Amino acid sequence: MGWKNRDVISIRDFSREDIEFVLKTAERLEHELKEKKHLEYAKGRILATLFFEPSTRTRLSFESAMHRLGGSVIGFAEASTSSVKKGESLRDTVKTVEQYSDVIVIRHPKEGAARLAAEVADIPVINAGDGSNQHPTQTLLDLYTIKRAFGKIDGLKIGLLGDLKYGRTVHSLSEALTHYDVELYLISPELLRMPKHIVEELREKGVKVYETNDLESIIGELDVLYATRIQKERFPDEQEYLKVKGSYVVDCTLLEKAKETLKVMHPLPRIDEIHPEVDKTEHAIYFKQVFSGVPVRMALLGLTLGVIE
Amino acid sequence: MSELKVTAIKEGTVIDHIPAGKGLKVIQILRLDKLNGGALLLAANVHSRKLGRKDIVKIEGKFLSEEEVNKIALIAPSATVNIVRDYKVAEKFPVEIPEEISGILKCANPNCVSNHEYTTPKFYVISKEPLKVRCHYCERTMEEEEILANL
Repeated sequence: MGWKNRDVISIRDFSREDIEFVLKTAERLEHELKEKKHLEYAKGRILATLFFEPSTRTRLSFESAMHRLGGSVIGFAEASTSSVKKGESLRDTVKTVEQYSDVIVIRHPKEGAARLAAEVADIPVINAGDGSNQHPTQTLLDLYTIKRAFGKIDGLKIGLLGDLKYGRTVHSLSEALTHYDVELYLISPELLRMPKHIVEELREKGVKVYETNDLESIIGELDVLYATRIQKERFPDEQEYLKVKGSYVVDCTLLEKAKETLKVMHPLPRIDEIHPEVDKTEHAIYFKQVFSGVPVRMALLGLTLGVIE
Repeated sequence: MSELKVTAIKEGTVIDHIPAGKGLKVIQILRLDKLNGGALLLAANVHSRKLGRKDIVKIEGKFLSEEEVNKIALIAPSATVNIVRDYKVAEKFPVEIPEEISGILKCANPNCVSNHEYTTPKFYVISKEPLKVRCHYCERTMEEEEILANL
């Protein structure tokens, strides 16, 4: 499938070939950026960022990516400052913004909103998170980070830690990892286990999956530990949240049991899952992960705009 | 033959081999109770060589469209549809669960955009037995019970 005008909505729409191509393009751009600081691929092009839900990291990273490509950015950072507040439909907002821009990035609290936006718009639409459904650019930057750290993804033992029940990033990431030959360790409190249908799907696609609630006993096996925040807002009852809050803390004592080459990742923001003392160790790559957001999003913007091939 | 238990119709549709107990649901889903003019006949729990027991629905003066047939396929995958013209079966076909279901099913996820914006809900059938579909928009899967509740 050609990249020009392609929408980026769900990691389900991506083959391994697609993923590899994005990662390769991102790597190329990262090198070019190091040499030149400023590129001009997207000169004269406008990105519209429609953030119906607040987000710091994703929005700034998209805006930074577009600026670094030499393009410009318009948009809004929350629904209350847009015409949505006046009751405008998503359809009409997208149709309108399309007249002002060349590519749209959308975050919306309703699941499926990005898919709908892509159907309405003739210009490419990139999903920056639709409710608890998908966040494909996060997944791609996660894969990019792993690949940059190890030079490969195949053959790795990857642990997903924390809230595996509600966590959108771990669902998408595990789905993308079905394209690779990896072993997945799902580590979570009983209450927050990965949904059964996802585990079944992973196994059907040939991924070796192990489920456990004991991080300490398996940390020595892992090449990558992907920690996630236990999200307070997901719990209807604070008591339930308190039961699982702080279930896992990755600190230097725990990491003594890990391989020297273990890399610790986190989509951020973190609360107390990773102790700040870990930041200075060779294990920590979560800030590199944040950095990866820019080249990966540059690649996606450039490819869908058709200014990079 | 079990069909003889109910009056033959001159023109219309006979839906045969409906799993016993689902006949009323077929009528409800197809909104046949709001039919103008023609007769509507339901034979419930009649003997069937294939199914043991089955329901049959006969609709006078109405030929089912493909979209309507799909609706039946979701609740009665074993059903066969007979198009009757001048007391004879002019066409006969089994219903089939399509690969895609469009427009007749609502997404069970209250936070799905298809329940809030003007769209045609669309689903991909990921398993026919047991029945399981995935929403084109929110990607959530629905199983039989939820599907039946949202037709």
